[in-house]
Amino acid sequence: MSERLVIVGNGMAPGRMLEHLFEAAPGRFEVTIFNAEPRVNYNRLMLSPVLSGEKSYAEIITHGDEWYAEHGVTLHKSAPVTQIDRAAKRVQSRNGLVAEYDHLVIATGSSPFIPPVPGHQLAGVVTYRDLDDVDKMLAAGRGSSIVVIGGGLLGLEAAAGLKLRGMDVTVLHLASTLMERQLDPAAGYLLEKAFVDRGVRVITQANTKQVLGQDRVEGVELSDGTVIACSMVVMAVGIRPASALAKESGLAVNRGIVVDDQMRTDDPHIFALGECAEHRGICYGLVAPLYEMGQVLASTLVGVPASYQGSVTSTKLKVTGIDLFSAGDFGEGEDREEIVLRDASAGIYKRLVLKDDRIIGAVLYGETSDGPWFFDLLKRGVDTREMRDTLVFGQAYQGGTPLDPMAAVAALPDEAEICGCNGVCKGKITSTITGKGLTGLDGVRAHTKASASCGSCTHLVEQLLHLTLGAGYNPAAVQPMCGCTEYGHDDVRRLIIAKGLKSIPAVMQELEWKTSCGCAKCRPALNYYLVSDWPGEYEDDGQSRFINERVHANIQKDGTYSVVPRMWGGMTNPKELRAIADVADKFAIPAVKVTGGQRIDLLGVKKEDLPGVWADLNAAGMVSGAAYAKGLRTVKTCVGSDWCRFGTQDSTGLGIRIEKFMWGAWTPAKLKLAVSGCPRNCAEATCKDIGVICVDSGYDIHFAGAAGLDIKGTELLCHANTEDEALEIIVALTQLYREQGRYLERIYKWAKRVGTPSILANVVDDRDKRRAYYERFVYSQQFAQVDPWQERVNGKDAHEFAALAEFGMPVAAE
Amino acid sequence: MDEWIEIGRVDTIPRRGARCVNTPNGKIAVFRTQDDQIFAIDNRCPHRGGPLSEGIVHGASVTCPMHNWVFDLSTGQAQGADEGEVRTYAVNVVEGRIFITPDLVLVAAE
Repeated sequence: MSERLVIVGNGMAPGRMLEHLFEAAPGRFEVTIFNAEPRVNYNRLMLSPVLSGEKSYAEIITHGDEWYAEHGVTLHKSAPVTQIDRAAKRVQSRNGLVAEYDHLVIATGSSPFIPPVPGHQLAGVVTYRDLDDVDKMLAAGRGSSIVVIGGGLLGLEAAAGLKLRGMDVTVLHLASTLMERQLDPAAGYLLEKAFVDRGVRVITQANTKQVLGQDRVEGVELSDGTVIACSMVVMAVGIRPASALAKESGLAVNRGIVVDDQMRTDDPHIFALGECAEHRGICYGLVAPLYEMGQVLASTLVGVPASYQGSVTSTKLKVTGIDLFSAGDFGEGEDREEIVLRDASAGIYKRLVLKDDRIIGAVLYGETSDGPWFFDLLKRGVDTREMRDTLVFGQAYQGGTPLDPMAAVAALPDEAEICGCNGVCKGKITSTITGKGLTGLDGVRAHTKASASCGSCTHLVEQLLHLTLGAGYNPAAVQPMCGCTEYGHDDVRRLIIAKGLKSIPAVMQELEWKTSCGCAKCRPALNYYLVSDWPGEYEDDGQSRFINERVHANIQKDGTYSVVPRMWGGMTNPKELRAIADVADKFAIPAVKVTGGQRIDLLGVKKEDLPGVWADLNAAGMVSGAAYAKGLRTVKTCVGSDWCRFGTQDSTGLGIRIEKFMWGAWTPAKLKLAVSGCPRNCAEATCKDIGVICVDSGYDIHFAGAAGLDIKGTELLCHANTEDEALEIIVALTQLYREQGRYLERIYKWAKRVGTPSILANVVDDRDKRRAYYERFVYSQQFAQVDPWQERVNGKDAHEFAALAEFGMPVAAE
Repeated sequence: MDEWIEIGRVDTIPRRGARCVNTPNGKIAVFRTQDDQIFAIDNRCPHRGGPLSEGIVHGASVTCPMHNWVFDLSTGQAQGADEGEVRTYAVNVVEGRIFITPDLVLVAAE
């Protein structure tokens, strides 16, 4: 029987521990996780890039839902554990979920420390710990004034992110220099200067007296009487181990939950790891020690002897453009020597602290590439007497002559740590590159996890790729479409036209594809490019389309399909609704849902039933809604001047006209439109690929919005005076995108890549050009506007919808 | 294994495509490559159960439509960074007719 392992908390430490555990003993443990947060495991280190807008939440997910399913892990979200019954070996969550355990792991992490100054409980006082906090901070909005209390790692990253988001930021710090626990005063000064240069106000020796405000934050008052007006206060003075649950359960707790070298608490069935644990009197708040603990705990659980000996940590500030590294102990002392290098004009400061000729501390500011080398010397306790004269210049200067940076990496020993977050050494990376035949950064990240957390070692990993692969690695080169070719998407599109290539084999032959018939990445892209570039000449290759576009329905997780008929502009009528209801009854369709695009989705249709379903829908006058297509999806509308007392134009009519004009068109990625009848914007046109806002004087045409992985409001393209003009502009814009977009590139990404001015020049400023794009679209539509459902009802691709052979009932085999 | 059972003709499967044989033990996906090689594997991705017959076929490989795992049709091994295996079945092609072994479609009735 498998052992029941219950984990309280779902942060980075238990996530990493489980990875080790599943690798060491797949299937041995039945794992249940209680997560206080309503989500999966994400990389908390990367919250700062999410705050600053440099990354999205989706990009920082470590384990998606499928990972838990794959490993049979039960994950309870939004379920903080409130009680541990040690006698019964059972935990209970606030929402009443109960789980029994053979082994319990407490990984509750830490809580932000909020200084109990008057006003700290006012609305508008936030902390910086999880994704919800990021959302709260961003809700303050551009231009608002924010005070960050705390000039440590977390506070400074928050300040930099908020500044990038266009907010007015003041940092208050109690000590006289920033990050005084990791930096000496000189580096702290340089850091302060860098923040001031970015427009962040920094006040050191700032003792907060109170947070001002009636119902919500209005300002902060310091003990010297200074008052800073603000609408939000971010508390980032520090964290403390979240050990309350353990304490209530009677476990030994000092600052954190006391654990031994095997991560065991004083109850042999209960372990603790991560920020909530206290090991040999130390609580850690950085990721590398947590990962080491995770490895030790995984070994302990499977019965392999392992022992955690504590960690020496190094720190990097993750603010784009500020390079900062610190490690070890850099206090001054009788028995210590130091080597300092300053270059004021270049903004470089390096300081090494030595004891008995060995490095015990290092602070680097402005130029940190030697950080891993110094850290390696520090951890290994290397005697530096021989290189004393050139030590501070870094590894490149050892051995007399200056070497290029590549040689510095080459000279690192195999056991030198490259990725501090994940504890990956040089030898592991180079051997994996060779052993797995990796050619790029993504491969190294997938196989070793190096550079996959905070990313600050990326340039080192790239140098290792260079070193290992030689000329075979060229990061500056155009990203090839896929492994089958060296050409990027733009080159392929250009050459298809220039060389007059009109079939997939022709492209592969002329552009010297490396595989016989491509792969699942390049074939759908090539098929789209050919469909788009040679209307009427190229014959669509169904076998190069993704299943949804091949069978004109959306595949679901259980292998059934969903069917969405078109409802022009979101309008329907009793006849259509009756036909949909009849079809759902007739084919026992288990789910019927209204979509976000103002249509109706029939879910759970068996593949062999698709032609029958389509035939009935066709008979009621409905055609495919192309809800599966990299093509025109929906044109959402409001009721406009037909019904609405605010409507300025016939938005429904325009939406239907656009949809009837554009349906059937293939585009690089899906294309969703909307038309709102007035600026109240009930059709939500300003987050669509293309959106129209009707106004009294005509039509404002917007484009390049997004409301999926990214959220982005549209940009205003131009104003049109009439419906005809609006339609011509929208169609021309779509055609420009069809001709320039890379396969799977949404309109907002394309627009960002080519720039709004070039789009304006083609579809707004030059009437003749616009007309030419419009006419090319119109020409292409005569071949595209064929209902794919009707074709299949009439017998096309019949092999798709029937089995090759059926062997139904069990047959006796003598 | 002297008696093979016919499941259909090569030319009823599209090149770079697949069709299924329904058996009492589940679906077998029968693939036809660009150069008319025929392979039979379980129609179930070991990752999350995706129907492999619906994937894009390239060379002698298929990419699962669910999460893009790639399998070698001749060995059943997952390619690239993913690790897993799908069961493969012996097929015999004679004059454009495809045969599989009877144990796949029959269930003993003792």
